Amino acid sequence: MERLAGRATHTKGRAPLMHAVVKGFRGFAAYMGSLMGADAYRKYLDHFTATGHPGPAMTEREFWRDRTDRQDNNPQGRCC
Amino acid sequence: MTPDHTEPDQTEVATGLDPALPPTAVDEAVLDAEERRWTPARIGIWVAVSLLGAVAWFMLALVRGETVNAIWFVFAAVCTYLIGYRFYSKVIERYLLKPDDRRATPAEYKADGKDYVRTDRNVLFGHHFAAIAGAGPLVGPIIAAQMGYLPGTIWIIIGVVLAGAVQDYLVMFFSMRRGGRSLGQMAREELGVIGGTAALVATLLIMIIIVAILALVVVNALGESPWGVFSVGMTIPIALFMGVYLRYLRPGKVMEVSIIGFVLLMAAIIGGGAVAGTEWGAAFFHLDKVTIAWGLIIYGFIAAILPVWLLLAPRDYLSTFMKIGVIVMLAVAIIVVRPEISVPAFSEFAGRENGPVFSGALFPFLFVTIACGALSGFHALISSGTTPKLIEKERQTRFIGYGGMLMESFVAIMALVAAISIDRGIYFAMNAPLALTGGTVESAAHWVNSLGLANVNITPEVLAQTAKDVGEESIISRSGGAPTLAVGLAHIMQQFIGGPAMMAFWYHFAIMFEALFILTAVDAGTRVARFMLQDSIGNFVPKFKEPAWRPGAWLCTAVMVGAWGAVLLLGVTDPLGGINTFFPLFGIANQLLAAIALAVCMAIVAKRGVFKWLWIVAVPLAFAAVVTITASFHKIFSPVPAVGYFANNQAFSKALADGKTSFGTAKTVEAMEAVVRNTMIQGVLSVIFVVLSIIVILTAVIATIKAFRAGGGKDHEDPAVASKVFAPAGLFPTPAEKELLAEWNALPAGQRTQKAGHH
Repeated sequence: MERLAGRATHTKGRAPLMHAVVKGFRGFAAYMGSLMGADAYRKYLDHFTATGHPGPAMTEREFWRDRTDRQDNNPQGRCC
Repeated sequence: MTPDHTEPDQTEVATGLDPALPPTAVDEAVLDAEERRWTPARIGIWVAVSLLGAVAWFMLALVRGETVNAIWFVFAAVCTYLIGYRFYSKVIERYLLKPDDRRATPAEYKADGKDYVRTDRNVLFGHHFAAIAGAGPLVGPIIAAQMGYLPGTIWIIIGVVLAGAVQDYLVMFFSMRRGGRSLGQMAREELGVIGGTAALVATLLIMIIIVAILALVVVNALGESPWGVFSVGMTIPIALFMGVYLRYLRPGKVMEVSIIGFVLLMAAIIGGGAVAGTEWGAAFFHLDKVTIAWGLIIYGFIAAILPVWLLLAPRDYLSTFMKIGVIVMLAVAIIVVRPEISVPAFSEFAGRENGPVFSGALFPFLFVTIACGALSGFHALISSGTTPKLIEKERQTRFIGYGGMLMESFVAIMALVAAISIDRGIYFAMNAPLALTGGTVESAAHWVNSLGLANVNITPEVLAQTAKDVGEESIISRSGGAPTLAVGLAHIMQQFIGGPAMMAFWYHFAIMFEALFILTAVDAGTRVARFMLQDSIGNFVPKFKEPAWRPGAWLCTAVMVGAWGAVLLLGVTDPLGGINTFFPLFGIANQLLAAIALAVCMAIVAKRGVFKWLWIVAVPLAFAAVVTITASFHKIFSPVPAVGYFANNQAFSKALADGKTSFGTAKTVEAMEAVVRNTMIQGVLSVIFVVLSIIVILTAVIATIKAFRAGGGKDHEDPAVASKVFAPAGLFPTPAEKELLAEWNALPAGQRTQKAGHH
């Protein structure tokens, strides 16, 4: 982080500003993505590799199918 | 006093710690010193916050000018929230809940990568907020504006700090300590079979009422509005497309499909204006309320038996996306535009009980009319279950539970500001039942002017022009709150973006997102209720417990949809105006659920042996109980027909028996019979609710007294497991937390326990 910021200050002109804008936008997009659950598969893989389950992990397609199919039997309320 | 029963066994947790890892919690002494270190800068900030809050409250409550600027609402709310969050929620944390970051949360010790996943606290905050906030905070405050702005503002802001956020925080914490158990399961454990069963039945009935009234709000907003019907109707094919896209074309591309969906949604709103402008479009999509209600009932049944991936999941994405966008937009617009509010602090109806928008006196009915945003029992169902399974560290519950509810309260305040920024004459013409306004601009203007309200002198031309501005045929008697908010929002937004030409777009944009939130709640509510029913019947006929058994699922779905559908139809056809008589029932149901949740929390707190701080739960519980039981008693026993269901029932029955063919607002014999039927059903429901809730509260009080005598009680928490991760508790890490984070980040990657998704 700090190294990156240091490098940015050396660059003259609009580059640092653009850099900050792009970084801010990426951060926001990543936040919205996690909020909507877009990173669920990555988290599942992380968990899968960390715990060392036997057998192969679900593919992305299988994971999302499994996810919505399990919701069929475990509905989550949405408030008013 | 006997030892605190649920304090984690310190030695046990301590020995479970991994010596190779840095501490999993900031040292208590350091934490304490950090919190109690009052540097001059810190003191300065809090003095400034308090002063600004005090000035804002002074402007709202005591200064009696012609108008008051909307910015004072924002300051009063935000400053009060900050103080409540920093000081009151800290008291709850320190003395009542005592979270311990050395204990693993269910997301850690039950981690499965699917339902139990450690989630970054800031992401989970947004996630939880999106789950609790919907159309509720956008509707109640607007209906309550009938009494002036001050009663609603005080209740929303003070109520959330002392009651609503406390309930959410407590329920979330206790559910987290119990592996994410639901409110119903906790009620059964803590209150026994009678209390638990009563809580379950009450929850089920309350869900039916809540879904029905939310559906009524949508029907009222779409009735006789071709533009609204078209654009909201288009959400169904859009969601189906998104579902197929996510399932077959590009699985997992959630953001991508949400953006596509959002663009299509905007196209549907703009296209709706064009379609409604054509002759065939206006004719085809011009539907009366009864037709829309039937459409919604059929839709509700189909949506609840379709697989989640096809309709519910994609619309949920769309709804979340819109929710965050709309709230940011509303906040920015109000802060930039800062409208002047000319509504009085207390209106002429504050001291009466026969207001045209909702009936009943300020106490207790204001406190049930505004539920979401101040104290909402429904949140207890969300705060137990889903969110606790995703929490990373125990101390984060304050930020997510208490803080999340403060955020919803802020939405309610902004909705209130948007609604009261429009002319009061327009407000009453829009929100009074058809039977009073007569339905035409002339009769509505005449009726509003005859109310004798200060500074109100509306002309038929203004009403007609407002309808034209927002692209509707009429705005007379569009009760339910949603259209009023939409007009208010259009009024504010056009000053911010687009000018008067954009008003129609903003109006339908607002209708669209409210409908989207409500349809998602209707869908999800029907499904949850169906499972609760299947589970209950399953106790007698085991086959019903199998979720894969389709006939059982369909039968239970049909029962649930039939139940809320029946109430919806009663509301739509009610000659007195559905919202006027049904909305209090919605509020009472929601607050009774809050009383049930708080009662369960009180029993748990008592069993933990923390009697000195029991008042933190007991005070909001007592308030919720008094308000809702009083409101129910008014509705059951009041001799005033406008208030009491049975009084009204008798008045109309007598009129029928006397052979009258028109009575009060009912102009035909059929309408009179409808009133007799509706009031009887409403009355009976009120009786059932209040009886069930009293049973739950009584069993909780008994459990509390028993615990008091014994100095504590049985603890139903999951056994403590030592945590192996660390994360800060609040929005920003404190210096001590940063230090500890650095230690964790310095660990070699292999040794470091998988970090939660960070951003």
